[in-house]
Amino acid sequence: MATRQTSTLARFMMAPSVILLFIWMIVPLAMTLWFSFQNYNLLNPANVSFAGLFNYKFFYTDPAFFQSIWNTLVLVVGVLLITVIGGIALALLLDQPMFGQGIVRILVISPFFVMPPVAALVWKNMIMHPGYGVFADFAKFFGAQPVDWFAQFPLFSIIIIVAWQWLPFATLILLTALQSLDGEQKEAAEMDGAGIVSRFIYLTIPHISRAVTVVILIQTIFLLGVYAEILVTTNGGPGYASTNLPFLIYRTALLGYDVGGASAGGIIAVILANIVAFFLMRAVGKNLDK
Amino acid sequence: MARAVSTRRKIGFTVAAWVVALLIFFPILYTIITSFKSETEAIAGFSLVPSGTLESYAEVQAQSNYFKFFLNSVIIAVGSTILALVVAVPAAWSMAFSPTKRTKDILMWMLSTKMMPAVAVLVPIYLIFRDTYLLDTRIGLTVMLMLINLPIVVWMLYTYFREIPGEILEAARMDGATLWGEIVYVLTPMAVPGIASTMLLNIILAWNEAFWTIRLTTTNAAPLTAFIASFSSPQGLFWAKLSAASTLAIAPILIMGWFSQRQLVRGLTFGAVK
Amino acid sequence: MKLNTLFLGLCGASALAFAAHAETITIATVNNGDMVRMQKLTDDFTAKNPDIQLEWVTLEENVLRERVTTDIATKGGQYDVMTIGTYEVPIWAKQQWLLPLDGLGADYDAADIIPAIAGGLSADGKLYAAPFYGESSFVMYRKDLMEKAGLTMPDAPTWEFIADAARKMTDRAADINGICLRGKAGWGENMAFLTAMSNSFGARWFDEKWQPQFDQPEWKNTLQFYVDLMKEAGPSGASSNGFNENLALFQQGKCGMWIDATVAASFVSNPKDSTVADKVGYALAPDTGLGKRGNWLWAWSLGIPAGTQKAEAAQKFVSWATGKGYLDLVASKEGWANVPPGTRTSLYNNPEYQKAAPFAKMTLDSINSADPTKPTVKPVPYVGVQFVAIPEFQGLGTTVGQLFSAALAGQSSVDDALAGAQTASVREMTRAGYIK
Repeated sequence: MATRQTSTLARFMMAPSVILLFIWMIVPLAMTLWFSFQNYNLLNPANVSFAGLFNYKFFYTDPAFFQSIWNTLVLVVGVLLITVIGGIALALLLDQPMFGQGIVRILVISPFFVMPPVAALVWKNMIMHPGYGVFADFAKFFGAQPVDWFAQFPLFSIIIIVAWQWLPFATLILLTALQSLDGEQKEAAEMDGAGIVSRFIYLTIPHISRAVTVVILIQTIFLLGVYAEILVTTNGGPGYASTNLPFLIYRTALLGYDVGGASAGGIIAVILANIVAFFLMRAVGKNLDK
Repeated sequence: MARAVSTRRKIGFTVAAWVVALLIFFPILYTIITSFKSETEAIAGFSLVPSGTLESYAEVQAQSNYFKFFLNSVIIAVGSTILALVVAVPAAWSMAFSPTKRTKDILMWMLSTKMMPAVAVLVPIYLIFRDTYLLDTRIGLTVMLMLINLPIVVWMLYTYFREIPGEILEAARMDGATLWGEIVYVLTPMAVPGIASTMLLNIILAWNEAFWTIRLTTTNAAPLTAFIASFSSPQGLFWAKLSAASTLAIAPILIMGWFSQRQLVRGLTFGAVK
Repeated sequence: MKLNTLFLGLCGASALAFAAHAETITIATVNNGDMVRMQKLTDDFTAKNPDIQLEWVTLEENVLRERVTTDIATKGGQYDVMTIGTYEVPIWAKQQWLLPLDGLGADYDAADIIPAIAGGLSADGKLYAAPFYGESSFVMYRKDLMEKAGLTMPDAPTWEFIADAARKMTDRAADINGICLRGKAGWGENMAFLTAMSNSFGARWFDEKWQPQFDQPEWKNTLQFYVDLMKEAGPSGASSNGFNENLALFQQGKCGMWIDATVAASFVSNPKDSTVADKVGYALAPDTGLGKRGNWLWAWSLGIPAGTQKAEAAQKFVSWATGKGYLDLVASKEGWANVPPGTRTSLYNNPEYQKAAPFAKMTLDSINSADPTKPTVKPVPYVGVQFVAIPEFQGLGTTVGQLFSAALAGQSSVDDALAGAQTASVREMTRAGYIK
């Protein structure tokens, strides 16, 4: 009896989110799909006509298309690597007893509070600028040639900026998970003579694996859409070195005002993102079943 | 813990953690420092000692009324988070405690609704907002951000709720508790930390959302992201002013984080029930 | 609206409540210094027009452009006055999105507007936006470094002279770069400079049949000259430098020369911000003897969207903000040096202004030497000096800018960059239907 009641209730409780999200997904998606088959430039609204698949072909044949997909993946994977590994290390460190723990924690998570455009501006001009950034000042102090970050390592520079913003999120989630690790369990393992390394591998890692999964999934969603940081720092250049898929769509949508092309790009991005998500689920999704 | 922590170890960790924390915090610290410099100082090279002038703050306030933007940010961030929680808590709850074969698929699908790049749907959304008279309204933006963050909220709550041991439910049922009693008296107290940290995280996400909050507002509903957009100038170099504006925009959320970091981090530590 | 107000009453909504009798107009502006100053002087307007209230939306240039373009194209109706540039006006006027400004009042004296600027803001003889401030580009240089190099800057230099001087002024040990130029990719960043520069090399974006011209020798000469010059005499990190970055470099004394917007003159000559304020000289943008100089023309202007319900109040405001009276108002409150430049001939005839702004004559000469309707040596089917006034240009210009910034950063050759630009342009222009 309880089961049936529970499952009916469960559906009833889930309904609002599911319905809302369904509408939220389907309405813009349908409109985007519709626009993607139209010749529609916002600045020339008189000339709207049916375009067939031309917008898709046009977007797909863009000279920057394949590189932008590659850059998108590099950006996502690069940031994930830095934030997950760095996040675990930081979470382990913050979990230790220390003086001023509260202040340290707030300092570490504070980049998360900074709006992305501000973060990009600060990094670009105050930290990484080869003329008057802090890095350059240090390089000159040690007599080295300042690195021209955005010209020599455009994508890497953006990865650093984005990773800096997301590291706190990973740290926070992982720290939360670490703290739920039973103190008794830890002590028992210690008593058994398990070393730090084996305790980490056999106790900590399995315990936080679901949290890691959540970090990866949620961050991936956000990272697939990064473009504000690129806009502020390199504008996708030099060449197409830092052009990712969202930036390509931005260029089509808000510089070219090509609604048809941008819609086609959006649909392509959704399809690719779902492919990524599919493989991601196969790779890490099993952690959710435990 | 039974074992006393050796002070030397503690000092070691303290030093390590402070060094790392200060490195991570440095860009923000430098922004704050720069906000107390004059414009000439701000571009004059590396210096951690500002002259302490408040002229940038005065100019920023003279140009834009900070409090109006601040109020909008608070309303939109808090409003959308509460709205999202109201919708998401029941959903995450049922997914965690009455999972079906499709639960994981539904969760995945929810996340996938976030995959459409915002720039690609700007025109459709703008048209919808125009036709429903929601442009530049706080209610429009609140709903918008609620929808954007809803999948994340459901996900986080789901992972938190999953940690609550099912035996407790059974025990409660044995004691003859009704379903609602179960939820209200047994589970809710255990879920509060998870809900609290989800809430805080989402306030932060909503606070920092810088695409829709700028594109769908004009004056009445414009939050702090729009305030910032009025200071990052491509023509004319106003580092100190931009830093002051940034500091003002970050400060409230930073202070909130400061007071709530224990909540944020604690999330799920119910050593007592395990 | 009512419903929302009710709902938000809970949250203490106050911004929606205005005095019922006053008309409120919403003005979108860019956050440049002159515009910000206008906001502070609003009291003068409201004192003269007590029945009109002003609501300001100040945004940085790129965001502003996105916002107002999206709004006007979808008829969102969020603004009553929009700040737009010489790029938007011809395109929008063609779509009939802007109201012609024929009600600016008897004392407005539209004939006083500098002809080159008025030309860029008019279509079919009607003014569609009123210029708030105008700018061209010119050479700013360090007199002391020029002297040290044993050279004298002519009033109208050639590119050859500029290159020679830049090489001689460069002193890497002292962290002095002979020349600072824009390098950050973007249609309004490096492409504004390079397009204007290419005009003086005899290049053009398109021929009369809209065929892209990046495969022509003129473009090759332009880009090769630019890349070589920057390699030998430019600052490090040039490929991510825009206006702001170069301004900072120049103000810190790290540039011998800088070719950029004329409005920069008031920044670099202001001792409060600039360490080289008393050492700056000005000259016209360089040429190669083909009859066109490498300077651009831009005017931030106030336009009124066709859909507004408050056209009359909006015109009153535009008339106030761009009229002669406003110049006097700024002069009386903040001094002549802070008056928005580049819009009215009378300002440049004013001896007090000439005294306060030593760069005044050079600015006016620069503005007058740019002709948006005939920007190039060879004939072209478009208007615009440092841009092509077609809707497709922002996207295409940014793509080409990315390719050119790669050439500057040394990540691709000049030939590859030009070939890429040609391919991208042909693609885009074919799609948009210009190339049949």
